[in-house]
Amino acid sequence: MTENTNMKVKYGRSKGFFETFERRPGAIKKNMHYCPGCGHGIVHKLIAESIADFDIKDRTIMIAPVGCSVFSYYYYDYFGISAPHGRAPAVATGLVRANPDNIVVSYQGDGDLGAIGFNNFIQAANRGENIAVFFVNNGIYGMTGGQMAPTTLPGQKTATSPTGRSVTNEGYPLKVSEMVAALDAPIYVERVSLSSTKNIARTRKAIRKAFQNTIDKKGFSMVEILAGCPVNMKFNSREMNEFIENQMQHYFPLGCFKDIADTRDPIKRPEGIFDKQKVKDILYPIKVAKGVSADFKNESKIFQKERKIKIAGFGGQGVLSLGMMIATMGKLRNFNVTWLPSYGPEMRGGTANCTIITSRQKVCSPIVDKLCNLLIVLNQPSMEMFLPELKQNGVLLYDSSTIAPPKCSEDKIIYAVKASDIAKKIGSLKCANSVILGALSVVMKDYFLEGKDKKDFDRAFEEAIMDCFADKQNVIQMNIEAFYAGKEAVEATLTNPHPGV
Amino acid sequence: MTDKKKVKKYFVKIEPDECKGCERCVNACPKAVLKMGTELNFMGFPFAYYVGAGCVGCSACFYNCPEPGAVTIFEVSDDADGDSEKEEDEED
Repeated sequence: MTENTNMKVKYGRSKGFFETFERRPGAIKKNMHYCPGCGHGIVHKLIAESIADFDIKDRTIMIAPVGCSVFSYYYYDYFGISAPHGRAPAVATGLVRANPDNIVVSYQGDGDLGAIGFNNFIQAANRGENIAVFFVNNGIYGMTGGQMAPTTLPGQKTATSPTGRSVTNEGYPLKVSEMVAALDAPIYVERVSLSSTKNIARTRKAIRKAFQNTIDKKGFSMVEILAGCPVNMKFNSREMNEFIENQMQHYFPLGCFKDIADTRDPIKRPEGIFDKQKVKDILYPIKVAKGVSADFKNESKIFQKERKIKIAGFGGQGVLSLGMMIATMGKLRNFNVTWLPSYGPEMRGGTANCTIITSRQKVCSPIVDKLCNLLIVLNQPSMEMFLPELKQNGVLLYDSSTIAPPKCSEDKIIYAVKASDIAKKIGSLKCANSVILGALSVVMKDYFLEGKDKKDFDRAFEEAIMDCFADKQNVIQMNIEAFYAGKEAVEATLTNPHPGV
Repeated sequence: MTDKKKVKKYFVKIEPDECKGCERCVNACPKAVLKMGTELNFMGFPFAYYVGAGCVGCSACFYNCPEPGAVTIFEVSDDADGDSEKEEDEED
């Protein structure tokens, strides 16, 4: 039969594909790179057809996974992004949140979705992101040469299970659709297959439904497609279809597990902010320093240098908030300050610590590795741990009610205050850190300040306490009381030096 | 596929150079009008061909084919102004 004008294409190359695949290397520009009989080609065809029919080419983004379909962006005439292995749902979340009008398609295989990326996938499903996930399940790692996948059937022989998958050793295949359908957020979950023309027609319908849900912004839709990998499984196409029908579909029953799109309203999420200045304002809100005029300058030359302070104690002793009060004090006096807490298992019972750096210059790094100028220690283990880090002629301030006087070289300047005892007398052990702060005000005054700067120095600390406890008005008074008690206690020891000094 | 005025005729064309010879279309064709050839195309695969008559336009070969453009199904109308609207029908 010859072609004439009366012939009209009924089914032909979809408009969703490029006319020729120019990005594909090599001489073959009309074909995909898949092996003969591969399921990916059929799914690609159905997706391309849906997108062309829905006319959403200009706002569709396809995420190419890691797997055989990694080059899917060679073929589709719409946007494509490559995501790291298994991270397609996370990337999809970003794309759809940034612009809710995007139609984001995550096309994943069973190694990508079921193994390495399962947590990314299930969390995105649980958040109910407005994306369509097409999960091509062929029960095997196709790209790497037919190794066992999470969805490999029991007894199935693969490159890494030469005697067949044993459920006692490798467990049972992962039933992804059932798991997702059990969540509240997903609206559409269906398992289909490519084993026969009838099943392909159902797949086509399911893919269109998933697109319709995404266009309507109803939420998370997933279509699991049982496909074949005839080359790695060493089947011809008839055997492949029989395998899918008789074995895979037996273990992974086909059907719609969830379809509640009608009961859901379109998703509305807060709109993204794309204005540079607004983002900056949100990230770095300008806090107005209280109490001190903006042109206040510390005259002391000594402040030209960085002062590194380290505070250590056990978690819950107020180590971090003491550090925060010191940093706030510095901030209120127009210093550049950093405050870096050290989180870790020590927080629960060992030694917690934080470091503060105050400087007139820019602070280049907030890390105080070794050689701190001032060390504040609130428990015995911290003393043993951090005393070697104190610089020559550095200052040590410790809570002498719980810590034995340390043995250290003569050059160190040592102050001790019975912080816990004083705090108990005032009413709460919790304000021991303010007692230390009071002691610190004396220490800093003599060691860090000279001339006019000594004036009003206590006020800076008072302001810092008020600033740090702004949310807890009822404890401010007690902490200020503790502050002055600590100050007096240290001043008393100065005239009557501590035996340990 | 039913008719409105007269029986519609269909014609299936398989691009020899786009076929990879997986035989999915041959297995799927309900009328068995597709056959596998023995010649090799430029990729080195044997390719399927249409025997020349008997296609009912069911689209089974088109949707079973993993390649984007290897199978094209044409609708042949005898009269010059036969305009049948494109509809999204679910096929058998």
